[in-house]
Amino acid sequence: MELPAIAVRGKGSFNHGIHPPERKELAAEAVIEVMPPPSRVVLPLLQNIGAPCEPIVKPRQKVAYGDMVGKGKAFVSATLHSPINGIVQRSVVTTLPNGRHLPAMVIKADGDQLTGQALWEDIYGGPWPHDCRAIYAPDTIAQAIHKAGIVGLGGAAFPTHVKIMPNEKLDIDTLIVNGCECEPYLTTDYRLMLEAPRAIVAGALLAGRAVGAKQIIIGVEDNKPRAIESLMISAEGSDVQIAVVKTKYPQGSEKQLIKALLNRVVPLGALPSAVGVALSNVATVAAVARGVVRGKALTHRVVCVTGAGIVQPKNVLVALGTSVRELVDYCGGLREDAARMVAGGPMMGFAFTHMDTPVTKGSSGLTVLTRDDVQRGAETACVRCGRCVDVCPMQLAPTRLAMAARYKKWDVAERFSIMACFECGSCAYICPAQIPLVQLIRAGKATVAAAGKK
Amino acid sequence: MTIEISGPVLHVAPSPHLSDVRLTTRQMMLDVLIALTPAMLAAIYLFHGYAVKQMAVCIGACLITEAICARLRKRPMPLGDLSAVVTGLILALSLPATAPVYVGVIASAVAIGIGKMAFGGLGMNIFNPAMVGRAFVMIAFASALGAAGYQDAMSTVDAISQATPMDAYKQNGIVASLGALFWGATNGSLGETSALACLLGGLYLCIRRTVSWQIPAGVIGAVAVIGGAANLMNMSSQWTVTHHLLGGSLLFGAFFIATDPVTSPLTPWGKFVFGAIVGILIMALRFFSGYPEGVMFAVLMGNALTPLINRWCIPQPFGGRGQTKIAGGKG
Repeated sequence: MELPAIAVRGKGSFNHGIHPPERKELAAEAVIEVMPPPSRVVLPLLQNIGAPCEPIVKPRQKVAYGDMVGKGKAFVSATLHSPINGIVQRSVVTTLPNGRHLPAMVIKADGDQLTGQALWEDIYGGPWPHDCRAIYAPDTIAQAIHKAGIVGLGGAAFPTHVKIMPNEKLDIDTLIVNGCECEPYLTTDYRLMLEAPRAIVAGALLAGRAVGAKQIIIGVEDNKPRAIESLMISAEGSDVQIAVVKTKYPQGSEKQLIKALLNRVVPLGALPSAVGVALSNVATVAAVARGVVRGKALTHRVVCVTGAGIVQPKNVLVALGTSVRELVDYCGGLREDAARMVAGGPMMGFAFTHMDTPVTKGSSGLTVLTRDDVQRGAETACVRCGRCVDVCPMQLAPTRLAMAARYKKWDVAERFSIMACFECGSCAYICPAQIPLVQLIRAGKATVAAAGKK
Repeated sequence: MTIEISGPVLHVAPSPHLSDVRLTTRQMMLDVLIALTPAMLAAIYLFHGYAVKQMAVCIGACLITEAICARLRKRPMPLGDLSAVVTGLILALSLPATAPVYVGVIASAVAIGIGKMAFGGLGMNIFNPAMVGRAFVMIAFASALGAAGYQDAMSTVDAISQATPMDAYKQNGIVASLGALFWGATNGSLGETSALACLLGGLYLCIRRTVSWQIPAGVIGAVAVIGGAANLMNMSSQWTVTHHLLGGSLLFGAFFIATDPVTSPLTPWGKFVFGAIVGILIMALRFFSGYPEGVMFAVLMGNALTPLINRWCIPQPFGGRGQTKIAGGKG
């Protein structure tokens, strides 16, 4: 299929970046399966960036699928809903893959559950109107998003109603919907673009209306021609443009995508709104469509379970709060040579070991790597080859930052803009000396940030 | 009691969980050795046994020195990274064919011992180790390394019985043919005579991105500009800008010596500035010093300026220098 020309002003790419092995083939052809509802769900009260929510139900209370069970007081927080019919249990403390210990609500399944094709139809099936702009006012859309507890499903889990809302102070002219999925291995968004493109287009139109965008662009990397085709068919006759960008990591990072599509540069330390852009992930806008058009909350998500360390890589529609153990079992279990479980993709995801951790709103994938995949040589001295400088998408000098952090030279770290690093991992991937650049910089950022707060 | 572990064993580690295994420091050193092959073959073709002997002496002495230093410092043996082989080979190729064995040995010992290990080993040195060793013997054994040292009228090898082209011009105004400089049928340091061999290896390194093209571009660019200007000012001169580019160790220096990543700046712009400074110094030494050639001292002086260049060329982050705030993650 011939790829369409980019209808926008950017070059379809950004400076620097890397080409890690994509490994998308592991799960790319696996049609999204609906996982049978679990016998109980564990819902952490904080699944997003911002403040936690508070339970609004009591133990032993009966709740139904889609009922709101938690509500946040703060503006930057998200509501929480029950993904199953069940009975609220005593709350527990659970540990997320990033190491945070959080209070969590437990709901035990009770009664009949919606499952299989019926659940798929309820979430992504059916007609998704194109003319929803005429029906819904921007305020209505923003309120529906807030009520549905939607957060960024690409992994960052930033509450969506904070980004997608009418704001007179900001002059947003473009909504970018991120369908890049530049992380190796992951196919969550890819499958969604193939199997629920109409929901994505409807959600993009709604989100675009909420922020008052004049143009709506869905950006997809050129390694996903089928997704591009599918979206183009679904977007026909609407104002949504599909733009093809170059396959390069980290193309899906917001600043890099804005540069690729619009040739606009987000100033360091500023948000995309500073250059008139609102940005959301494809799975997120699909959830927006569902929240606005059907009044349904975010209770399930698609998780890509992939990697050579899992017996049967799959894309699974799963209830939030399902344990990783059940998810792994559903995919045939771990292989003998599995060596690392990563929440998210291999470049930015967190490695973890506790199988009882629940699937949360931000769980974009579960990558199981083998011993061969994670093999690294011993660290050797930096010969200043400059490869990290050549690949850094933020145009930093990673080896300088890492060494400044290692030897506690905080003035050097700040002079070389350590806080601009978003830990994409390109430098550590490419480093011939196997220096843990990202880890050193991460630790340095924490120290610099702490010093800045004093 | 032994614990039987069955099933997969999971580990944790910080992200990223993938790394490019094709790329190691050893691989980069191997690339340099591959790139030096044309120059090595040209040297062996031209200087026969002299070249083989010199390379064997320098590489051997470099490896032994590195092993001794690592033992003294109680560090793991670093010989496997091949960096000492690269230093030894570049040193050998920068020496005259006629240099006695003890010169090669002393140059190697100084290169590795003082030029590299005294600073803390690979990645820590300020000056290009091979050039430190060469500078030491050049001053200590002026007669063996001076222009006259290159020549041995009694030698059965043709190239050695002539004067080097640079010296022949400086002393007697004899201009070598461009063809001889390009193919390398002249006397000179072992690796420098054939411009073609240096270009072949240099292009390989640039294409493999083992060295950054900005450095040779800076060196060659500066020499071309200054040589061209000198041409215009002094039309009668037979030693044209092309002679400047193909003659002496300019190309060898531009591609193999100045490009040592450890002793050159980190950022692309800094690398270009460094290359240009080295090129300017080479021309200054060629025109105004008593030596016919200036690549070695120019590189050493450039190395001394590297920390300063690094200070000047701090890369501008994407999005400019805004307030320091955590950048947004993935959308």
